[in-house]
Amino acid sequence: MVQSEIAVLRFGLGARPGELADASGDPRAWLLAQIKGAAPLAINTPLATSDRIFIEVMTARQQNQTIKREAAAATAAAAAAAPATTATAAATAVRNPVREAYLPHYRAQVLARAQSAALTTRPFAERLVHFWSNHFAVSADKGAVLGVAGTLENEAIRPHVAGRFIDLLMAVEQHPAMIAFLDNQYSVGTDSELARRAARRTGGTPPQREFGINENLAREILELHTLGVNGGYTQRDVTAFAQIITGWSIGGGKGRLAGGEPGRFCFRDNLHEPGAKTFLGKTYHEDGVRQGEAVLADLARHPATAHFVATKLVRHFVADDPPAAAVERVARVFHRTGGDLPQVYAALIECPEAWTGGTPKYKTPQDFVFSSLRALHVTPQRPEEVVRSFELLGQRQYTPGSPAGWPDTAQAWDGSDALMHRVLWASRFAERCEQGLDPVEVASASLGAYARPETVTALRRASSGTQALALLLMSPEFQRR
Amino acid sequence: MNMPRRPAGTSRRRFLLGAGALAASAAIPHAVFAHAGGSARLVVVILRGALDGLAAVPPYADPHYAELHRELAIAAPGAAQGALALDGTFGLHPSFAFLHERYLAGEVVVFNAVASPYRDRSHFDGQNVLENGLTKPIGTADGWLNRALAALPRGSGSAQAVAIGQNVPLMLRGEAPVISKSPQPTPDVDEELLVRLADLYSKDDWFAARLGEAIQTDRLAAAGGDTAAGGAAAADRVSGVARMAGTLMRSEGGPNVAVIEASGWDTHANQGGAKGALADRLKGLDKALRALAEELEPLWPQTAVLVVTEFGRTAAMNGTRGTDHGTGGCAFLVGGAVRGGRVIADWPGLTRSALLDNRDLRPTLDLRSVFKAVLDEHMHIDAKTVAKRVFPDSSGARPLQGLMRA
Repeated sequence: MVQSEIAVLRFGLGARPGELADASGDPRAWLLAQIKGAAPLAINTPLATSDRIFIEVMTARQQNQTIKREAAAATAAAAAAAPATTATAAATAVRNPVREAYLPHYRAQVLARAQSAALTTRPFAERLVHFWSNHFAVSADKGAVLGVAGTLENEAIRPHVAGRFIDLLMAVEQHPAMIAFLDNQYSVGTDSELARRAARRTGGTPPQREFGINENLAREILELHTLGVNGGYTQRDVTAFAQIITGWSIGGGKGRLAGGEPGRFCFRDNLHEPGAKTFLGKTYHEDGVRQGEAVLADLARHPATAHFVATKLVRHFVADDPPAAAVERVARVFHRTGGDLPQVYAALIECPEAWTGGTPKYKTPQDFVFSSLRALHVTPQRPEEVVRSFELLGQRQYTPGSPAGWPDTAQAWDGSDALMHRVLWASRFAERCEQGLDPVEVASASLGAYARPETVTALRRASSGTQALALLLMSPEFQRR
Repeated sequence: MNMPRRPAGTSRRRFLLGAGALAASAAIPHAVFAHAGGSARLVVVILRGALDGLAAVPPYADPHYAELHRELAIAAPGAAQGALALDGTFGLHPSFAFLHERYLAGEVVVFNAVASPYRDRSHFDGQNVLENGLTKPIGTADGWLNRALAALPRGSGSAQAVAIGQNVPLMLRGEAPVISKSPQPTPDVDEELLVRLADLYSKDDWFAARLGEAIQTDRLAAAGGDTAAGGAAAADRVSGVARMAGTLMRSEGGPNVAVIEASGWDTHANQGGAKGALADRLKGLDKALRALAEELEPLWPQTAVLVVTEFGRTAAMNGTRGTDHGTGGCAFLVGGAVRGGRVIADWPGLTRSALLDNRDLRPTLDLRSVFKAVLDEHMHIDAKTVAKRVFPDSSGARPLQGLMRA
């Protein structure tokens, strides 16, 4: 009887009215039907693409520099010059042009994500999009990616969420938001054409301070995106991989980053460390951008990757302490199918451990907000409202703060102060949404058989409709999944 | 959001709680706010992301320092934008005005070439080892500081801890009761809703305990009479967090131990030198330490503040004017209870053969030797418990002696 509750609440985003009934016929089939093809946003609002946003930011920065330069020139040039002109020019310059240009895009992406979560009829696919977005985390609290953090999810993850892992991995690692977040665009081989040309110019060894690798992207691909920290690689492998992906960059910059399609992934041959390299005991011949792609292809097939991804999937959907048998089952299918994601998800759904009733997972603030929107049948319309909600609850959208993403276990979210913030948010949200809702009906539609009798009694006895809805959202059964 | 708080005595919520009318109060662990007047105060500041110890505590006298750290290096004291002088070998980054002032007052021990037992270069595993007190990243779900607190005798002198944030970091997780409080103010929630929620949670210990703690903490913050802690601007977040810690610790019946976290130290690109991105962060940290000292003023003679990070960064600048993940780094012990004005560093040097894996400062001191000394000399926790329960497998890391004033 609780099978449809498990499908909708544990694998989905929380029930919209009528959803539990939709899933009740064959809950597993209901889930399987959702993991076919790309998972675009469930709304039609067009969002700016990452290249457009990058170009906008570059332009804003340049204009701002011009304005500042002119203002400075005017001041310096003449005490005689009209002071009013100087003041006007200086006032037009923006203190942080990148942030100013980025913010509207960030807000639009956050709103679109929340609307999509509220409305989608493929909540399992949407949850998987969120899962991968957190697995391949870029954090918008790094100024350089504030306005493009959401584009990684929309452009690299949504198209491949039900495809092959290798395609997903490639799209992510070559997305300009990931390149910028982990600083790879400036990483330069010490023996690259650029470095050698500079050496000829100076008539000796290249001035090392100008040229060298940055290990950041290479390390996090291995540690966080594929093999996992215990995946059997060494510092030597990290360094080799970092050399292999020198030249993976973004088009349209200045100086050594000039050229290439502005705002798009761009392989810069002249920054690339040439030659064969040995990585995890295998030699990769020099092949330009394909040298790194060949490594990614091998990483995607590696058994450690299968195990690492399976562990994270099972932890996310089943339990904080992932049952070994379930991990094993999912990892086996991942490995056998070469990372065919629909088959991997099907294996996850087949795990008996996932269907044993109970609510072992404490919702993250994000899951809590999205399931509340669905339960109360609300589609948010104002971006600042959504942004502020997540600020209050301690999970500002797209800002996990580190490339490891947000933690996926209860102990990271279960502080008493955090609970109080949930109470506060629930009571405000209930206040806004209360009109015309029967709390007992909402409880039944959103929790089904999970609604405890004492909760229903408390809703009936509540002193107002608002209070009843807040109690429902804060009930232990709504807070868990 | 910034609703004015009701004057302390008239809060209805407090009245309900005081009258024992709230079912949740039964679930509040009694010991949580046991007053421990007069005993030691400890604050741990965790810098997440791996602070560059060679920038924070520049070894300007090392002949290879400037050549390796290049434009990220800090010049010797006396030079333009040079380091603040410590002992003739090491200095402090010029952003550390307050820390330096306290050093001169004999209240700071500066550690260099120090590391946890972790020897790989993952932030997340490194932080786990820093916090779990083991030699490997997994193996326990509780933190060393919590195990230390659990070992304290209950009753007077029993320390209680607070995590400044909405949630509790690993270092403080475990069986000893811990509260959490973020500097973001929570305007009063309707009291009647809380009463009914407490009732709804009465059969669920997990939720009941948290709600009870949250209500109590709120009361404590209000009793601290503080408004300064609220609404810290983003640029000033760490100071706000530090102030919050101070406010809670000096309030009647407040906790003796606090943990603060600050992120943003992962400087892979454009790290800067005496000025720039890292310099700004360090300034923020210095300001936070000052705020903490101001807030704790009457308790400062009993206070020790430990500033730690998961590991150091590469000795050489990388290709993007930053530094990559390294090993040996720095740490600080600050406070009126500290026997300071000293640098503790068994300096291995920065010659190529001295570097670990040809790239990192080689650690010569185990951070656990510092932690153990603080638990022993400052918190007076039984040495045997520290050696066995708090830091298992740490026989190689003997506690330092004489870190605290007698």
